[in-house]
Amino acid sequence: MNDMTQGYTTADGRKIGGTLMEMKNITLRFGGVVAIKDISFDIREGEIRAIIGPNGAGKSSMLNVISGFYIPTEGEVWFRGQRRPQMKPFQVAQQGIARTFQNIALFKGMSTLDNMMTGRMTMMKSGMASQALWWGKAQREEDENREKVEKIIDFLEIQAIRKTPVGRLPYGLQKRVELGRALAAEPKLLLLDEPMAGMNVEEKEDMSRFILDVNDEFGTTIALIEHDMGVVMDLSDRVVVMDYGKKIGDGTPDEVRNNQDVIDAYLGVSHD
Amino acid sequence: MVSETAPTGELCSIPALLARNARLYGASPAYREKEFGIWQSWTWIEAAEEIRAMAEGFLALGMERGDYVAIIGRNRPAHYWAMVAAQMCGAIPVPLYQDAVAEEMAYVLEHCGARFVVCGDQEQVDKVIEVQDRVHSIEHVMYNDKRGMRKYDHSHLHWLHDVQAEGRAGHSRFDGELDKRIAELDYDSTCVMLYTSGTTGKPKGVVLSNRNIIETSKNSAEFDHLKHTDEVLAYLPMAWVGDFIFSIGQAMWAGFCVNCPESPDTMMTDLREIGPTYYFAPPRIFETMLTNVMIRMEDAGPLKKRMFDRYMKLAQKVGPAILDGKPVSGMDKLRYALGNLFVFGPLKNTLGLSRVRVAYTAGEAIGPEIFDFYRGLGINLKQLYGQTEASVFITQQPDHEVRSDTVGVPSPGVEVKIGDNGEVYYRSPGTFVEYYKNADSTASTKDAEGWVATGDAGFFEPDTGHLRIIDRAKDVGKMADGSLFAPKYVENKLKFYPDILEVVVFGNGRDMCTAFINIDLTAVGNWAERNNIAYASYQELAGHPRVLDTIQAHVEEVNRSVAEDEMLSGCQIHRFLVLHKELDADDGELTRTRKVRRKIIEEKYDDLITALYDGSAKVSTETEVTYEDGRKGSIKATLELRDAAVQEPRHRRMAAE
Repeated sequence: MNDMTQGYTTADGRKIGGTLMEMKNITLRFGGVVAIKDISFDIREGEIRAIIGPNGAGKSSMLNVISGFYIPTEGEVWFRGQRRPQMKPFQVAQQGIARTFQNIALFKGMSTLDNMMTGRMTMMKSGMASQALWWGKAQREEDENREKVEKIIDFLEIQAIRKTPVGRLPYGLQKRVELGRALAAEPKLLLLDEPMAGMNVEEKEDMSRFILDVNDEFGTTIALIEHDMGVVMDLSDRVVVMDYGKKIGDGTPDEVRNNQDVIDAYLGVSHD
Repeated sequence: MVSETAPTGELCSIPALLARNARLYGASPAYREKEFGIWQSWTWIEAAEEIRAMAEGFLALGMERGDYVAIIGRNRPAHYWAMVAAQMCGAIPVPLYQDAVAEEMAYVLEHCGARFVVCGDQEQVDKVIEVQDRVHSIEHVMYNDKRGMRKYDHSHLHWLHDVQAEGRAGHSRFDGELDKRIAELDYDSTCVMLYTSGTTGKPKGVVLSNRNIIETSKNSAEFDHLKHTDEVLAYLPMAWVGDFIFSIGQAMWAGFCVNCPESPDTMMTDLREIGPTYYFAPPRIFETMLTNVMIRMEDAGPLKKRMFDRYMKLAQKVGPAILDGKPVSGMDKLRYALGNLFVFGPLKNTLGLSRVRVAYTAGEAIGPEIFDFYRGLGINLKQLYGQTEASVFITQQPDHEVRSDTVGVPSPGVEVKIGDNGEVYYRSPGTFVEYYKNADSTASTKDAEGWVATGDAGFFEPDTGHLRIIDRAKDVGKMADGSLFAPKYVENKLKFYPDILEVVVFGNGRDMCTAFINIDLTAVGNWAERNNIAYASYQELAGHPRVLDTIQAHVEEVNRSVAEDEMLSGCQIHRFLVLHKELDADDGELTRTRKVRRKIIEEKYDDLITALYDGSAKVSTETEVTYEDGRKGSIKATLELRDAAVQEPRHRRMAAE
């Protein structure tokens, strides 16, 4: 599986393309604390890539580096064949990277629809005055964007809560709305920070199906952090395992599952 | 009996009616569906084109005369079109319940030997593929929603739009053949085959001819003056005969528009946006709507609440009378008009019922207060009585003769008689042709003269000529002391309480009646919230002592009212329990149309029934449950059994004095 410079084909017949993002020797320090220590891995076009590890392993920090929220102390981030300079998060978003958050970050008082429309903000070009008057270009733009958002509403089966303020929705649905907002940005790369956290079995199954469908239908590359091992092993094509800020494993779910370092770190060392 | 010959030579099939509608009402809307947040619509001309393209696509796939085409999906225009397109090809559409599990589907698909299956989405396709190893007749599977279908093997799987595209591309090849097949359809050709949900045994395929459907649609459309400007919302299961009559039969005959909701969850919003003029709903839906209104009024401000209470009282008093055209004092009329301005109008608008001219409910008895609530608002809600074998209509209530305890007079063209054992029989142009591949059942249901046994016991009220239904004939029994046992009568009285969802009464051949009760989670949950009662699960709430107290009060109140009825006073409930799980169609306890399956419940909860009769105060039980995806699990519970006070029957009381 290592001669993958030109992509590979997964067990279920999906074609995975070339490298979309590459992390080269990333190190991240907060003062004296080393959150990430010299980690390299790549994310390929069209794949579902998981980052796992015990609590405090540095997974969320890694995701924040990818999303441009943290600037790595050392190392380089390459996206679509170019080295990414220091960027503000909104510039990263404009590059085609969208994310969801571990603790839902929606506008609670706004409706599902409005929340999702904010996901398309980066694509709106009309000025403040015409937006305020909702006339001409602003109206046309809104119609176009609304159409895109409606497709996603249909896709995520949340028609019934279109006009409901997000704060009134149950947790599982809020997670889905957040995914919807990220999708509204039509990302090349979608980052999911613990998409299943706090969900019951049924909600997890729904979410898993949506993640697979997003990948299948829109061809979106997905990088996710998740604690539920069953979900990770089922969903992802390749898995990076982190422990104490270091990479201790990288490969297909099967390879990772049989990696002794991973077993020791993640599942505890067996004393026999 | 109304004439049964074809009206004019041509209008004797659904495709013929479609062609007529395209000619007469060409530019008016025939179908609407909300998709991507917008109502998409098709005129009669557009719909006719779509259906024709689909039919030619079916021909391209090799559909033959007499083939069976199963349709599984929620109400969407394309699914209705598939039915008509199949008819054009000389094939027979068989709509199936979309929430049926693969097992149930396998039986029906195998029984009718379907060669083609039209599925709504991936979920349905998966079920069909699952049963395909057993059902070898299936050759082609089509689907309407493309989502998630990309990776499937498409050698015998087709997107419905591709089928249409192929039909369009090949129209010059298929036009002649299709026209020939349409012309072959006559009054005796099979229009549709519908499987009855079956409270007992395996489902039976009811064969309905064009005569059945078109005659019935014609008579019933005339009865209620349905016009091509009417609007309906199609949201009830497509496999149910009612939906076929309303959304295809009457829609085609009268030429009105069929509106399909965006998703099952958005039904209420869509109802409000469309504002149908002709509306059908089972009592359960009307109950739920009323419960929701009441719950929301509990949370309303004091001014609104006072206005609501005051005007609703007035509505109960004079509303039904105004609707029936009976004399009402001028003062009351004025006050009702004010109420209409401030309360009734806005409320009807919120419910989506502002424009309703005719509304029907059927299937179960409806609570008198619920019935009066809607009639009080000025909504012309009526009852009808029917069944699949009759193409729906047996009796219905004419305008101005509406009451909650009768089901009306025989529908036009229908003859009704009461058998010696009290069973209701009918004969009509809508009477089904036969049960498919089941001559025995056909013979035992329909006699040589065409009279069909309904299986319901009832009687005609002497002074009004209206029919009253007591219960299923086979459920009516005798108690140990010989008094009449009619469980439904008591169950319905209990179900009229908003916090009771379902009741099953036992007592046939025993010395007293007992009952299982299901609480309504919405109503009881809201009550619990307002009274600061914490609960973690349905089970916990159902077993809460205060919930049991409330239910006991209801049971005792019903006992008092049952005791008033001379014939049925023996049916008072002596002991009851509140079930720890909701009765569910997935567990086989209800039919897909949500009717109680007594036999199965009796067997499954044998231990609970024993406990009800042996006087124990508590019982522990374990119950198997089936999840939506077909997996099984079990729940354990300890239930408290309660005694309810019963009344000495009135006639016995009087005898003692």
